[in-house]
Amino acid sequence: MNPKDLATTAKNTWCPGCGNFSILSAMRSVLAELDGEGYPIENVVLVSGIGCHAKIVDYMNVNSFYSIHGRTLPVATAIKIANPNLKVICFSGDGDSLAEGLDHLIFAAKRNIDLTLILHDNRVYGLTTGQYTPTSPQGFKGKSTPAGTNEHPLNPLELMLVSGASYIARGYTHGIEQLQKLFKEAILHRGFSFVDVLQVCVSYNNLYESYNKWTYTEQGNDAASFEEAQKIIRSWNYDRSEVPIPLGKFYEIDAKRFDQSFPEYRPNLSERDSKIKTLLENFI
Amino acid sequence: MDNFSTLIGGIAGDGINEAGITVSRLFSRLGYHIYMYYDYPSLIRGGHNFSIVRASGQKIAAHMDRIDVLVALNQETVEKHTSRLKDRSFVIYDADKVKLDDTKHKGCGLTITQILKEAAAPAVMKNTCIIGGYCKVVGIDWAVLEDVLKKHMPKKLDLNLLVARQGYDQATEFCHIDSHLEKQDQKPLPIITGNQAISLGLIKAGLGAYVAYPMTPSSSVLDFMAKFGPQFGLKVIHPESEIAVMLMAQGFAYAGFKAAVGTSGGGFCLMTEGLSLAGMAEMPVVVVMAQRTGPSTGLPTYTAQGDLHFVLNAGQGEFPRFIVAPGDAEEAYYWSCVALNMAWKFQVPSFVLTDKIVSESQYSFDIDNAGDLTGELKEQAQQAPLLWDGQGTYKRYIYTETGVSPLVFPPQKGQVIKTDSYTHDESGITSEDPQITRETSDKRQRKGQFMAADLERYETVKVFGDEKSKTALLCWGSNKGACMEAAIKLGLRVIQVLVLSPFPERKLKDALQGVERLLAVECNSTGQLARLAAFYGIKIQAQDQILKYDGRPFSVEDLLAQLGRALA
Repeated sequence: MNPKDLATTAKNTWCPGCGNFSILSAMRSVLAELDGEGYPIENVVLVSGIGCHAKIVDYMNVNSFYSIHGRTLPVATAIKIANPNLKVICFSGDGDSLAEGLDHLIFAAKRNIDLTLILHDNRVYGLTTGQYTPTSPQGFKGKSTPAGTNEHPLNPLELMLVSGASYIARGYTHGIEQLQKLFKEAILHRGFSFVDVLQVCVSYNNLYESYNKWTYTEQGNDAASFEEAQKIIRSWNYDRSEVPIPLGKFYEIDAKRFDQSFPEYRPNLSERDSKIKTLLENFI
Repeated sequence: MDNFSTLIGGIAGDGINEAGITVSRLFSRLGYHIYMYYDYPSLIRGGHNFSIVRASGQKIAAHMDRIDVLVALNQETVEKHTSRLKDRSFVIYDADKVKLDDTKHKGCGLTITQILKEAAAPAVMKNTCIIGGYCKVVGIDWAVLEDVLKKHMPKKLDLNLLVARQGYDQATEFCHIDSHLEKQDQKPLPIITGNQAISLGLIKAGLGAYVAYPMTPSSSVLDFMAKFGPQFGLKVIHPESEIAVMLMAQGFAYAGFKAAVGTSGGGFCLMTEGLSLAGMAEMPVVVVMAQRTGPSTGLPTYTAQGDLHFVLNAGQGEFPRFIVAPGDAEEAYYWSCVALNMAWKFQVPSFVLTDKIVSESQYSFDIDNAGDLTGELKEQAQQAPLLWDGQGTYKRYIYTETGVSPLVFPPQKGQVIKTDSYTHDESGITSEDPQITRETSDKRQRKGQFMAADLERYETVKVFGDEKSKTALLCWGSNKGACMEAAIKLGLRVIQVLVLSPFPERKLKDALQGVERLLAVECNSTGQLARLAAFYGIKIQAQDQILKYDGRPFSVEDLLAQLGRALA
């Protein structure tokens, strides 16, 4: 399968230079590749929230559920539980998953459900034209905080690590080969995979210069070590930009999954009738 | 006398609900119909709990204030409830805890503390002991109680039997139940709550998943599904919030699983965002919405019918929905089954709107008498949704005459299934085109019209009592039970509106033929059904609205008294 086969006729409305193009391109390539490796494209379901990131599902000719703001994960969780053979991939924004839907993110990690979440982390609300998000640095001047924010950002990777996510990585939209590698690993990982993508918003938070200067790829780290992952993850807290920003896979372990705990059996309607009658005997 | 009422009272933790169910089962084994109202405050230990078990030769769905026997596990029960006693009523009580003025009331005390101590039985067995005594008091054979205990208290059975027998032997016979109630030869019926009936109705219709966050009075649906669901292959999830609940239900629907959710008003507030998504994305979902007294936290364990207009209008934008308000357990079973199928047939949100009374009261439940799910409606009640025929390219939202687009579920080789919360074209891709915006709106409204036409075959409005009477009571939900009994006594007609959306205007107007005076009976302060009926030109004067909004249901006497004043 050619990645171009995964395009749709929908007109792309992202700004020229938007980091989302890299995510789209990397994901198309990975899904086309996986299709030839025993993971047929019809078994993939994409779920998105609301925001610039979410338009990605309109641009991919793949099964999708374009959900509402912050609510990718509950939808995806149920799809996976209903049919464990599906590969369910969530696209979410930093406002989407870290503000409006933070509880769902923590619970998805806590359950270690077999889903992949790609966080389009542009650290600004783009579609609502420039407000601070949970990963904007302190002092960020946005439309809702003209004097600068008075709160520190969240480190989503640290949160994911302590919440129980079993695959944690960070990419950058200027490194499309690394994105492809991380996306593929995350999708193939069995458990909750979280990929933070430093996605540049050219219109409201253009960090290309800063990211180009400070990002580096972590090499030779022991991804099975919680302590080592925590150290790497804590080395940049999204607040200061004058420190190196690690990229790559930081953590991957094998752990029991929520989606393994449900019955597969489905009785037909007449079996249901007789079981109901038997059950009612208990209430006489 | 055609009915017999027993009130059992004590503190939370005394097992008052369970004791009431045990008494209900005794009467059920004797062939009577029962109805049990359970009254409890919102706490775990202490406070005053009571159950009123009413037995009758006829089907009943309401309690009476006056009682024949009072079973008192503490002094507060006697103080609160002796005013309910009739001239020939009897009190059985824990003589170690309760003082009874025997110049005023007939009764017998059991030395329960001593009995339990001698038997080395835990304090929780005091209700078994007093029920032993109760059986003697009302002339129920020991063998009947033994049978109930053997079946329902297998844990520490011997000890339970021992303390029950001690209670039985110590009590004095006050009456023989046969002298109160005409002997019945009806087979013993299961005793279940409305919530359990809802669960069974949903399961019968092919439920695949149940998702809920606990909230009184809906929680017992979740408890039931979690306990019994696995044997029906159900996937039961209790997630982080009602927001997640509503979204999960739609993930299940997308994957082809029939899903239901349950909550009460506060939880439903959180679900409305997802409800609107279901409207736009055309995702079938059943919402069991069990009303309690509001606004806000209100009275968590008491009843109300205050959320009708909330449910009718919840969610931004315009989309059709199915709403049914069953009035007892049998209707709850039948209509829950129908509600799930309506959701899938028309790809709409579908509500089973109950209140604390329908949800948590115990009813004699005759599954063979719970509406016709076997005859003409069988196909309706168990049908598969409209499925894609596999021809050409699949379009999730293809325009059709009925507005209903065929469904298919992933994986489908060579096809793409797209669902969208935005305004979207037929293939499910976002569009802001004005023509598509109008067409998709029309599509949704067409589904509502087709659903209304389909409902013509169902008994969406029921008429009881004197069908020729020129005076009628208009009711919905749990007030059906009290209205039916009051109407029989006063020779009135009762019109019960079961389906509230799409509103059965024509059927209601047919039911109103010949009515000169219409009184609405509702458990809210503003007359919500009356307001809805007024929209269809059916006017009910303020003085003809019998409204109760103290959290408690109408008793039969209560309603009779209020109707007496209104009709005087």
